[in-house]
Amino acid sequence: MSPSNISPTSQASKLVLETQGITKRFPGVLANDRVDLTLRRGEILALLGENGAGKSTLMNVVYGLYQADSGEVFVKGSPVRLQNPRDAISLGVGMVHQHFQLVPVMTVAENVILGAEVTRTGGLINHRAAAKQVADLSRRYGLEVDPTATVEDLPVGIQQRVEIIKALYRHADVLILDEPTAVLTPHESQELFQIMRGLTSQGVSIIFITHKLKEVLAVADRIMVMRAGRMVGETMPDESTEKSLASMMVGRDVLLQVEKMPANPEKTVLSVDGLVCLDDRKHRVLNGVSFEVRSGEILGIAGVQGNGQTELVEVLTGLRFAAGGTFQFDGKSFRKSNPRRINEAGAGHIPENRQRYGMVLSYTVAENMILNRYYDAPFTRTMMLDQTAIETYASALVEEFDVRTPSIHTPSGSLSGGNQQKLVVAREVGRKLRLLVAAQPTRGLDVGSIEFIHRRIVDERDAGVAVLLVSSELDEILFLADRIAVMYKGKIIATVAADQATRDELGLLMAGITT
Amino acid sequence: MQRITSVILRRYIPAAFARGLIIPILAVFTAIVVGSIFMMINNYDPLAAYGGMLDGALGSKRAIARTILNSVPFVFGGLSVAFAFKGGLFNIGGEGQLFMGAVAAAWIGVTALGIPPWLHVFLSLLAGCIAGAIWGGIPGALKAFTGAHEVITTIMFNFIGIVFAGWLVSKGGEGQKQGPLVDPDPMNIVPRTAEIAESARLPLLEWGREPMHLGIILALVAAALIWWLVWKTPFGFGLRMLGLNPSAARYSGVSVVRNTVITMAVAGGLAGLAGTVETLGRNYYFAPNFNVGYGFDSIAIALLGRNHPIGVVLSALLFGVMDAGSTRMQLNAHVPSEIIKVVQALILAFVAANEIIRYIYRLRAEGEEEEVVLSTGWGKR
Repeated sequence: MSPSNISPTSQASKLVLETQGITKRFPGVLANDRVDLTLRRGEILALLGENGAGKSTLMNVVYGLYQADSGEVFVKGSPVRLQNPRDAISLGVGMVHQHFQLVPVMTVAENVILGAEVTRTGGLINHRAAAKQVADLSRRYGLEVDPTATVEDLPVGIQQRVEIIKALYRHADVLILDEPTAVLTPHESQELFQIMRGLTSQGVSIIFITHKLKEVLAVADRIMVMRAGRMVGETMPDESTEKSLASMMVGRDVLLQVEKMPANPEKTVLSVDGLVCLDDRKHRVLNGVSFEVRSGEILGIAGVQGNGQTELVEVLTGLRFAAGGTFQFDGKSFRKSNPRRINEAGAGHIPENRQRYGMVLSYTVAENMILNRYYDAPFTRTMMLDQTAIETYASALVEEFDVRTPSIHTPSGSLSGGNQQKLVVAREVGRKLRLLVAAQPTRGLDVGSIEFIHRRIVDERDAGVAVLLVSSELDEILFLADRIAVMYKGKIIATVAADQATRDELGLLMAGITT
Repeated sequence: MQRITSVILRRYIPAAFARGLIIPILAVFTAIVVGSIFMMINNYDPLAAYGGMLDGALGSKRAIARTILNSVPFVFGGLSVAFAFKGGLFNIGGEGQLFMGAVAAAWIGVTALGIPPWLHVFLSLLAGCIAGAIWGGIPGALKAFTGAHEVITTIMFNFIGIVFAGWLVSKGGEGQKQGPLVDPDPMNIVPRTAEIAESARLPLLEWGREPMHLGIILALVAAALIWWLVWKTPFGFGLRMLGLNPSAARYSGVSVVRNTVITMAVAGGLAGLAGTVETLGRNYYFAPNFNVGYGFDSIAIALLGRNHPIGVVLSALLFGVMDAGSTRMQLNAHVPSEIIKVVQALILAFVAANEIIRYIYRLRAEGEEEEVVLSTGWGKR
């Protein structure tokens, strides 16, 4: 743990973690194919790869959650057999998962010591000692957090720090961070990177799993790239560009920004007037939102998550009632409506949470392709589902949208995230639309899938569909939108033409600063 | 086309079917073994006991007939629970629905309507089914409109239904009025309805000389209908969606309110039929003590049958065998019939905690398998 007795040179070259020829097979998939990985003391290794490339499988092997079919794991030079995460933790390997493993109602200190409690004689928890240890750890590694705060009251970025402290408390000197920035705002991500650098300067080694190329270039000391279960390359950040990394990941050249012609907006399809809405806790989350989307244009709604975008989409797609205001779709009011009526009127909805709203994971690909139109011809005839019609339709969409699936009878839950999203996109835009509401359409996806989905959204626009794009990725908004509306605290505080918008200006607007 | 058919055959029939069967079969087997150990500890001979049970349940035409008759209410009850499960609802109310069905069927059955027998039978069945459907539908509506959890309301409706049915046939004490449906014959001191009319009895099937009523046919038809409804119709598509992912169902325009009421009403109707066939086919009257816990056993049967109609029919038959054979077991091997209850409980424990079975037999967990969700938790949806 203490780096003081190690000279800088040996510090840089010493391997703290190594895998040799890890192979892991799941039914029908070779998830890891003879994967070699090395991690040196005190470095940030970015492990880059598309969804389904095998990054998570490899890390789960290293963390003891999976056992490899063949191959070996070395920790600090000696071969180890990891039967479960406890083995890994005792060897100093800690992992922060994408979904935090915290008890919301407990304090930070309680969460940290959970399972490794500091006790007084008699087995009672020594809360004061625990809080002090946590405070010490957070000071030492620059992880600012109040040990007595309750976890559920903390923002996501701080909760993540608690996870890191949890690992450090268990004496981890190898940290695996599984897509840590997926849940963070740009600012929080910057803070995380500082923390990561602070940790490595004290001898902790970090494996940073991600598919965001900018971040890799900003923070990594070394980059390893996986594709289709194999380690396909190793490179240094100063020898790489976003483009070169993207093609390594995907195995071909990738357009990071799809080409598009200027928009030709025609008549108004969606007009929203003074929409007011309450969230589940009866807080006002939409505070008089008004805008219009015209046929043949993409209106991008930018904003930090949690400023009412989710509720706006829910109201527009019939999942939530508005408390006030109106919206008209093709001239008809749909304020008190339901998802089916709005869908039948020609509105497609790519929901922001594909697994919660967009699909039934145990339904097959074919069933999910007709998820919201199953009751109608040609899928239902004389009170019965028409399997042939369903399969023909689903096969055609799978083909057209390049959904990579073993068969249309595969449960959609076993597809990778990118292919699940393609499935949802295929279902929603695979028919004639008037309006497309796309909420975070590429969240958590790899560059290959992002390119594809962006292309389809622009194609829809060019076919005369009115597109409302809601995204917290500024790049996505800038690439796709023709006009950009910025949402802040339930209001649209500015609308700008995309070709005149700058990243800095939008960043300020997203923070609520209007000039 | 042929390729597609073969893919479907390979994908759906043997693999899924075998996957579904393996845990229940191993659970039954393990429970029998553990039950034997239990008997040996108590100095009983397990071979004689199980032999006696099989003899009593399947040893003669008469025994088989009794086994099948025993299974009929189990099939209806199991289907009721399984159907509600598919829609994400937990119907604990089988007991109450069954009482309501049984007493409603008796009410129409004793009433001489002067109509042809087939119509009288049909109307009596319909009455039992509707009474059960109402008794299931009300908790469904409470859930749909107010969010009251169906586990609580169906349990409460069990009490209400059982006591209400009891009151309908009560003799009344000193100075108390008799229940409206009680047998008017003053010689009859038992609280029960009068015998139902000949025309309302379920027709007997020709099966040797053994009495065997139409109920088993009705039960199998019901199982087939439920299978068709759940897996072949758009209604079933939405129902299963609601059970598997209520959010996605809402997104897809499935009406949660409408489906919750319908699902509970259909489940209640099925449980009502479990009581109805007992009244119209076996007892020919309704007495509050007719029921031996069919309502609660139904939950077990649905669980063992993995909420699939075929599984429900098979596990209902198994329970029928155990119930029918327990008397002979007691007679032959002097093993108390309560032992059978122990074995039944063990089967359920092993099915519910199937990790034990997976561990004993080194079975791999199946990721894509539909999990049996016992309850969706409080206040969800």
